[in-house]
Amino acid sequence: MRVRVRCFAAAREIVGAGELIVELPEGSTLNQLLEQIRGRFPKLDRLSGSLLLSVNREYAPGERKLAAEDEVALIPPVSGGADV
Amino acid sequence: MFEITDQPICPETLVTAVSRSSSGAIATFLGVVREQTRGRRVLHLEYEAYGEMAIPKMREIADEIRGKWEVAEIAIVHRVGRLEIGEASVAIAVSAPHRHQALAACAYAIDRLKETVPVWKKEVWTDGEEWVGPASCEHA
Repeated sequence: MRVRVRCFAAAREIVGAGELIVELPEGSTLNQLLEQIRGRFPKLDRLSGSLLLSVNREYAPGERKLAAEDEVALIPPVSGGADV
Repeated sequence: MFEITDQPICPETLVTAVSRSSSGAIATFLGVVREQTRGRRVLHLEYEAYGEMAIPKMREIADEIRGKWEVAEIAIVHRVGRLEIGEASVAIAVSAPHRHQALAACAYAIDRLKETVPVWKKEVWTDGEEWVGPASCEHA
C-alpha cells in the first residue's frame, strides 16, 4: 500500500522534499514507516527523540496501523507563536 | 476566525472579528519577532506551518477554551514566511462578558498554541541558522 508522508521544518530539510510517497506492506504501523524512512535518511535520527507523527492531521502513536492513502506527517517540535 | 497567512497581521481585524454587543472585554495577544535570542542576534525568522492540521488544532484550542471559560468569540491568526524584527508572528483575540475570562482565555490560547499547533520557526543569525524547538527555547 502507499502512504503519503508530509515533511516539515528540519525534517523537510533532511529529506530534501516536502512530501514522500512510501510503499509499505499492508497492516504496517507508523513505527515501521518511520523505520523505513530513517533507513533512507539517517540524519532524521537527530530528531528522533522529539519527532511527533500525525495520521490524517491528528497526532498518533507509533503503534497506529496505517491504511492505504493515509496522510502521515513528520512533525519536529513545534515552535509557533513567539518566545514570550 | 482561524487563519494561517503569509501577509502581515492586522490586529484590528481580529478585534473586529470577535466584537459582540454582549462582550464587555476583548483581550488580545501579539507575538512579535525579537532581535536577541539566547545571546545571538537574529536577522530574521522564517515560519512554516502544516496548514491543513494547524487550523483544526486552533479550533480545538477554541473548543477547550469554551469548556473552561464563558467567552463570546475567539480569533487566532498565525503568519508564515519571512518575518523581520518587530513584525507580528501570531495574534489572538478573545471577547467575553468580563475581563477575567477574556484575559485567562487569551493566555491559555497562546500557551496551547505553542504546544499543539504545527508551526515551526527558523532563526536566521548573522553566522548561521537553526530550526527552533521548545527544548532549545528557554522562554518557550
